[in-house]
Amino acid sequence: MPDQLLFGMEVFLNGLMAGVLYALVALGFVLIYKASGIFNYAQGVMALFAAMTLVGIMNGQVPFAHLINAVFGLHVTNFGWTVPALLAIALTVVVMIGLAWMVQHFVMRHLVGQEPIILFMATIGLAYFLEGVADLMWGSEIKTLDVGLPQGINETIDRVTFDAFGYGFFIDNLDIVATVIAALLVIALVLFSQYTKQGRAMRAVADDHQAALSVGISLDFIWVLVWSVAGFVALVAGIMWGAKSGVQFSLSLIALKALPVLMLGGFTSIPGAIVGGLIIGVGEKMFEFLVGPMVGGATENWFAYVLALLFLVFRPQGLFGEKIIERV
Amino acid sequence: MKLKLATMALGAIMAAAPAMADLVFPSLSYRTGPYAAGGIPFADGYADYFTLLNERDGGIGGVPVKLLECETGYNTEKGVECYESTKGEGALVYQPLSTGITYQLIPKATADDIPIHSMGYGRTSAANGDVFSHVFNYPGNYWNGASGAINYLLEINGGDIKGKKVALVYHNSAYGKEPIRTLEELSKKHGYELSALPVDHPGQEQKSQWLQIRRDRPDYVLMWGWGVMNQVAIQEAANIRFPMENFIGIWWSGAEHDVLPAGDAANGYKALTFHNVGRDFPVFDDIQKYVVDAGKAAGAGDQIGNVLYNRGMYAAMLAAEAAKTAQEIHGTKDITAAMMRDGMEALSIDEAKMVELGMPNFGPAFNVSCENHGGPGLVGVTQWDASSKTWSLISDFKPTDTEVIGALIAEDSAAYAAENSIESNCK
Repeated sequence: MPDQLLFGMEVFLNGLMAGVLYALVALGFVLIYKASGIFNYAQGVMALFAAMTLVGIMNGQVPFAHLINAVFGLHVTNFGWTVPALLAIALTVVVMIGLAWMVQHFVMRHLVGQEPIILFMATIGLAYFLEGVADLMWGSEIKTLDVGLPQGINETIDRVTFDAFGYGFFIDNLDIVATVIAALLVIALVLFSQYTKQGRAMRAVADDHQAALSVGISLDFIWVLVWSVAGFVALVAGIMWGAKSGVQFSLSLIALKALPVLMLGGFTSIPGAIVGGLIIGVGEKMFEFLVGPMVGGATENWFAYVLALLFLVFRPQGLFGEKIIERV
Repeated sequence: MKLKLATMALGAIMAAAPAMADLVFPSLSYRTGPYAAGGIPFADGYADYFTLLNERDGGIGGVPVKLLECETGYNTEKGVECYESTKGEGALVYQPLSTGITYQLIPKATADDIPIHSMGYGRTSAANGDVFSHVFNYPGNYWNGASGAINYLLEINGGDIKGKKVALVYHNSAYGKEPIRTLEELSKKHGYELSALPVDHPGQEQKSQWLQIRRDRPDYVLMWGWGVMNQVAIQEAANIRFPMENFIGIWWSGAEHDVLPAGDAANGYKALTFHNVGRDFPVFDDIQKYVVDAGKAAGAGDQIGNVLYNRGMYAAMLAAEAAKTAQEIHGTKDITAAMMRDGMEALSIDEAKMVELGMPNFGPAFNVSCENHGGPGLVGVTQWDASSKTWSLISDFKPTDTEVIGALIAEDSAAYAAENSIESNCK
């Protein structure tokens, strides 16, 4: 097989894996948009906040230590214990649920009935607020996140492809884990929304707020639930991305990777986020591989948006988005 | 009543404005945002050294130092706002701490007669003091960095790198593109094969670049990265099993936080430097005693000895020494920004002075002149030991290719002079 074809196959597979990571971020956006019509600008920052909280809990870090030390003249930094990864993840989920409750209680419930742009602006404010709180709570330094996820080349794939083609493919173990986790997450979300009372209520609210209210569904509860689930998805995305680069402020910028995915897949479809992520991942990697060297490289960021815009020309609602029909 | 109000107003003005005798050093820091992890230790080092001078020596030449810290978030517009809001406070010298901010401030500061010190960043051709009268980038610049990296490769290859493949992974910005021209010129001279791989901001996703490196199998990879790009690149290099000892970053890609996230996999990674690393210097004992233990440290006091803390402290030391020189030249303790510029242009650092300052072998000896604002451009190499979590200087500070760099500086600065109708500053 020609080398270029083999390299292309390797890039394609890596594009799929990268797409899964993009989809993980996009999922959080979709969940909130679907249930409340809010484009949550703070989703990326939620991933940062969740990952910082996880590392802080694992390391036994005292939250707001700088503030406490400055106000009370103390020198506390650490509780002196460490917390196992699984327990820390569970505790972080509790924190994210608390955050969801606070977002609903202090921000969103006061904006019920407002225009979508107002709600969007509120999430921009929330993003800046959370950035500041995360810094104040856990500090700005880069933190190493080790929850036991494997990283580096997958030896089996390397060996098998080398035996078959004479060239070993590089697939990162972390990407494989991310794919499995994303698949489990989507299955869990589908099961939850199809087969549980709360899930059905969530779908009802997504379809029609007024109708859902009229049959006794609590909007307050459902939105806390949705923000909690989005917080959990943010935690998963934060763990995956944080394992690659350390937990740091830049995690909040992963939202930029989700936007073309949402444009392509639609804002209201979980399968759309997955398929959109895969198309963007493969598209940008293949374009970089085939065209990048001719134009000086660094095509991925802009090509993802070009690809999304091309799809929008033919399907403005995205691949899986709901078609909006307005009759006059 | 009027007298009372007038007294109160006068009191308020006196409290708000710096005393006339204070030497004002602005610090355009970034303690927030995506680059805070690098900005905090630098800002702490810069602040702590001035605090040390105040606490131990009563300031510079007996005049207290006032540090004006302004948060830029590494954002060019905010950086310019910081400049505009602090320049009227008697600012003596600006360290913009960002190539983008430096480019914006060059014409402004020159017009305002305030010097800029862009140490190891900014506009490289500003080393030509004949054109850039108010900009100083001693003791080294990016082109020295590029040449220093190639010289190091020559050294470990017995002086011959003909036919070797060298890849440059760079931040796709003005900063990241700085070394390309120099590396291209040097490739003609030494016969190595250069490939350049840009990484878009912020650099969280670099799979394509590292797959290409895996396919092309370069002998060496150089990196001009910043922020999250550094951590991801080092992790990706480890993932494809690129030998870390053949991976060399510029000095902005060689701090502790760049290598720690990759853990043991980062062992052996190298970075260029123009100053020493570690905390085994007497000056740090003084900082510990007079600043940290006295509760006057800018941060938690836990950054001492870190690469970027050392760099911030080194920048402050060079600023303080230039201020001392200015005081001597002009025969006054109460110097202005224009006098400070003269002090920077007459700065002379030798090992005896470094020993006296508690920094033996911390940085190279050099003299600044009207023509040469860039210093000697000596470059050293450091290496990361993952087990002890320390950087070590593994080479001396060595000269770079002044023949190639000098020609590039002359060409670029001449173009700037022509564009801006600048006449010779040194005639």
